[in-house]
Amino acid sequence: MKSITHDNLLKLLAGLADEGKIVYAPVRKGQKVFFAPVQNMQPVVFDYIQTTESPKLVLFPRYEPLISFEYQGKEVKVDDPSAAAPAERVLFGSRPCDAMALKRLAEFFDRDIPDALIAGRQKALTVISMSCIKADADCFCTSTGSSPGDICGSDILLTPVENNGYAAEILTGKGASIADRCSSLFSEIPEIRKEQYLAKVEKAFSHEEVRKKLSHAFDHDIWNGASLRCIGCGACAFVCPMCSCFDIQEEGTAKKGSRVRCWDSCGFSLFTLHTSGHNPRHNQSERWRQRVMHKFSYQPEAAELTGCVGCGRCSRACPSDMNLKEQLQDIAANVETV
Amino acid sequence: MQALHQKVKELLESGKVQVVIGYGEGSGGKSRPVFIRSAADAAKLVWDDRCHQNLAVYINKPEIKKMGKAAIVAHPAAVRTIVQMIAEHQLSSGAIIVLAVENDTLEELTDNSSLEVYAQSHPVLFPPFVVKEIEDIAALSAAERFEFWQNELEKCFKCYACRAACPLCYCERCIVECNQPQWVSVPSHAQGNFEWHMNRAMHLAGRCVSCGSCTIACPAGIPIGLLTIEASRIARTEFGFEPGISCDASSAMSSFRNEDKETFIQ
Amino acid sequence: MENTFEPKIVAYVCNWCTYAGADLTGTSRIKYAANVRIVRFPCTGRIDYNLLLKALALGADGIIVSGCHPNDCHYTSGNFHARRRWIVFKQMMEYMGYDMRRVKFSWVSAAEGAKWADIVNTTVREIRELGPAQRIQNEEFRMMNSEG
Ligand code: SF4
Ligand code: SF4
Ligand code: SF4
Ligand code: SF4
Ligand code: FES
Repeated sequence: MKSITHDNLLKLLAGLADEGKIVYAPVRKGQKVFFAPVQNMQPVVFDYIQTTESPKLVLFPRYEPLISFEYQGKEVKVDDPSAAAPAERVLFGSRPCDAMALKRLAEFFDRDIPDALIAGRQKALTVISMSCIKADADCFCTSTGSSPGDICGSDILLTPVENNGYAAEILTGKGASIADRCSSLFSEIPEIRKEQYLAKVEKAFSHEEVRKKLSHAFDHDIWNGASLRCIGCGACAFVCPMCSCFDIQEEGTAKKGSRVRCWDSCGFSLFTLHTSGHNPRHNQSERWRQRVMHKFSYQPEAAELTGCVGCGRCSRACPSDMNLKEQLQDIAANVETV
Repeated sequence: MQALHQKVKELLESGKVQVVIGYGEGSGGKSRPVFIRSAADAAKLVWDDRCHQNLAVYINKPEIKKMGKAAIVAHPAAVRTIVQMIAEHQLSSGAIIVLAVENDTLEELTDNSSLEVYAQSHPVLFPPFVVKEIEDIAALSAAERFEFWQNELEKCFKCYACRAACPLCYCERCIVECNQPQWVSVPSHAQGNFEWHMNRAMHLAGRCVSCGSCTIACPAGIPIGLLTIEASRIARTEFGFEPGISCDASSAMSSFRNEDKETFIQ
Repeated sequence: MENTFEPKIVAYVCNWCTYAGADLTGTSRIKYAANVRIVRFPCTGRIDYNLLLKALALGADGIIVSGCHPNDCHYTSGNFHARRRWIVFKQMMEYMGYDMRRVKFSWVSAAEGAKWADIVNTTVREIRELGPAQRIQNEEFRMMNSEG
């Protein structure tokens, strides 16, 4: 198998940026770690368990115009961004759970009416992930179908091994094209057992079991107690790599403007407010239920897509310590199977 | 803590209150909000230096109101918040029993005047992470401050956790959700974020009690409370207006004095 | 070198004093810089600070906000309320690093045509020196994280 040294890895990334690809990598801003486009690799950090903001923004940005118009004299120029070829992007430093999330997110947006913008970005995206050699108590990837060394969704997966180097699994054609072009930066090593290097994440619950239980739990009183301390702030949804709620807004003046898609959250009280004034999800408990159900019941039932990869970001971000893992363990233990 | 457990036990046993809003053990060594409804659970309450969140945000949550009369564990900033909520008619006098805690002391406050006396005699100590930032910013030049806020606000993805965590951001429909006119651009680009935070600061001028809850809540790690704290500082210096110490104070921004200073007006 | 920059100035004025004052400037044939676009409001109390933010975002290089002198407001206290807001707004903008020399506040009565001309002229001169306003990175959809 292939391996790469730390220095060569930085060279590889810098080379990709020089080729004109947009390289997203984890950088520290204040106390938190974000994915941001980098030109030189000096600010890239490696010592995080999980980034604060997820890499979903490479597919599904915080906001983006869906269509724009501008008056040029008497003519109206209309711009459809999905008609343009998406920029070639490289995502570096995603965790295996993130890579899986991006794959699922793309599948989600491809259902029913395929979303051309997101599909285009995914096609032009190469994912170079980093296995986890450390995890914390909020991680629960092994309960949602991923694991610290899972290859799903990555084009190249690096696993830190001895001597400041990484074992490199070249997993797809996209990955191979990079590895081939830059073959001098890699060396060949005998096959290793990467498990010995990986973090241990105990399975906390089974998502299949949770799914079964949730299908009868709509009216269960577990939601009331569980959501009491949730303040409906939306932090969880905004850091989640799989939350896909968005809002469509109109921006601009009479002469120039856009229709913009912006991140939103089903946890907000106005998310489902009807024009009539009626709100089908009146209480936070109903909104919390929606968040859990959508991820662990509705989406799996409709498309075999679990809407959570167990990255734990929501638990780390929650100001009220809702802790999704604990809540799911609670559901697994205390909701009856009918 | 013993005294707190005892007090809560009494309150629940005597039926004086049906629920106590307080802090409990959370995950990974954190504290978390808990809602104690039976005397047997009173010992689940904790009070120590992990307990920064301003629990007053839960007072008007419909699910909790439905439980009956409440008592709340409140640090000095939360006591001020409650006074401010009464002044703003968000809470009627005597509607809640306040268990004011600071270090090892516990006081039960049940009426407006005891709340006011407590608030006035307990200056709000900014959480340490806020104090440092306030000093850092004070040392910057205007251009550096512009740079500082551009960099900070660039991280904001408009989750509105700062708003949700603030007990004084209670509007059912926030200005960001109004679109006729659309004062605040919804996307989280630089302009939209600037408008959002300027509006939040203006709306909390003379109202923000400097509890720091919004800063703690921000998942992006933006010291966002600095803006509202500054807005309140301005109201304090310019109009002598201190939020959260009087239950029948008028609002700083909807009142005026003829002698308000106007040195910059030509 | 001669400074040829022509700043765009937006003036938000109340109907009863400053607007009338500006009118008087015109009828008295006092000349003043043509860089200013006047927007008339019933009262300074109606001039939301968000109007200032929007003007700056949409390309104004400077702003004048003006109304009746204290105690002369047509609605008795609109200008007192406005003044409180300006005090906080101005300092908040400064706290966020914005150069508030670009935003002028004034009281101009219906009789002060000359004062209005003077305020406009000084504002234009000062802002011409400051140059175009520093924008809050206003390209509409500049991707966050400075991509493209
Ligand atoms: S971050 Fe926590 S408090 Fe905020 S909406 Fe999510 S679960 Fe609720
Ligand atoms: S729900 Fe929470 S743990 Fe699951 S993917 Fe989203 S942020 Fe990660
Ligand atoms: S909590 Fe932070 S990221 Fe969320 S809207 Fe407030 S400042 Fe922005
Ligand atoms: S705005 Fe002020 S009162 Fe509200 S949470 Fe922030 S610091 Fe506390
Ligand atoms: S009418 Fe002129 S300021 Fe109120």
